[in-house]
Amino acid sequence: MHIMEGFLPGPWWQIWFIISAPFVIYGMFQLRRLFEERREALPLLAVAGAFVFVLSSLKLPSVTGSCSHPTGTGLGAILFGPFITSVLGLIVLLYQALFLAHGGLTTLGANVFSMGIAGPLVAFGIYRLGTKAGVNTFVTVFLAAALADLATYIVTSVQLAVAFPAEAGGIFASLAAFGTVFAITQIPLAIIEGLIIALIFKYIIAVRPDLLVRLEVLSQNSVNKIREALA
Amino acid sequence: MKYGLELVVAAAIIIFAAIFLVQNAAIQANLGEGEEAWGGADGNAAEIIEASGYEPWFSPLWEPPSGEIESLFFSLQAAIGALVIGYFFGYYRGKNEHAS
Repeated sequence: MHIMEGFLPGPWWQIWFIISAPFVIYGMFQLRRLFEERREALPLLAVAGAFVFVLSSLKLPSVTGSCSHPTGTGLGAILFGPFITSVLGLIVLLYQALFLAHGGLTTLGANVFSMGIAGPLVAFGIYRLGTKAGVNTFVTVFLAAALADLATYIVTSVQLAVAFPAEAGGIFASLAAFGTVFAITQIPLAIIEGLIIALIFKYIIAVRPDLLVRLEVLSQNSVNKIREALA
Repeated sequence: MKYGLELVVAAAIIIFAAIFLVQNAAIQANLGEGEEAWGGADGNAAEIIEASGYEPWFSPLWEPPSGEIESLFFSLQAAIGALVIGYFFGYYRGKNEHAS
């Protein structure tokens, strides 16, 4: 999903910076509140950030014959919401832009939007909807994380398509081209990511269910039910 | 099912690996000389863009000078993450056991 350094012409790279900035700034504001009022949840924040670090470093082979990586943002979005997760995404993308020449500083706005904002928004929305509808918690987490991963790559394809419309066929033709490169490759990886995040979620329920209740991620009722089922 | 989810994850990883092995055999059989399969999707997208005649207007400030150095930083990234995850899960687990 990384748009490489210099690969977005003006005005697109500026536009994505402008769109991403409010999310990240509000995320930092929320982070400060978390630091002040919910210190007990900070280890969980570290784990969510670490998850983005690990998963986005793993380049996995996919059915299309190319390699891509999961994003790991689903966990942060479910636990802390999309705004705080956008800050986590920014940190990882900065690391990769500076030390790995993966992504770039000029394309940071666009990459933060796809990985740090669009994906987490999808994860957060699906998790909230699924929980409200009473869907099995692990199925909900799986769907939220997998579709967040997929959404990130679809957004990247759209970002490139609008910046580089094909001469024949325009935006839709190039969306098809970039979509094949990114989105199709991503489907199996999204499934793996969803499963792994569901598994981690299970372990968080096992060790610190009280934090999930306090962060309003799960109700005490559903924690009790899940722990009973897993006992 | 105490370990139901673990079984599902294990099965998915095995299927994923099996698909890779089959796919890889097919790709390697049809690969021309000097061609390399399993490149990054990011690079493939960049190729499509460059094919249209676009020149990137900015290049990275620093690039890992070799594939080895690049994999060093990728491993470092994964190691930092894994360390943090392992530390806190171990901490919580030990704390719970101590309390009970």
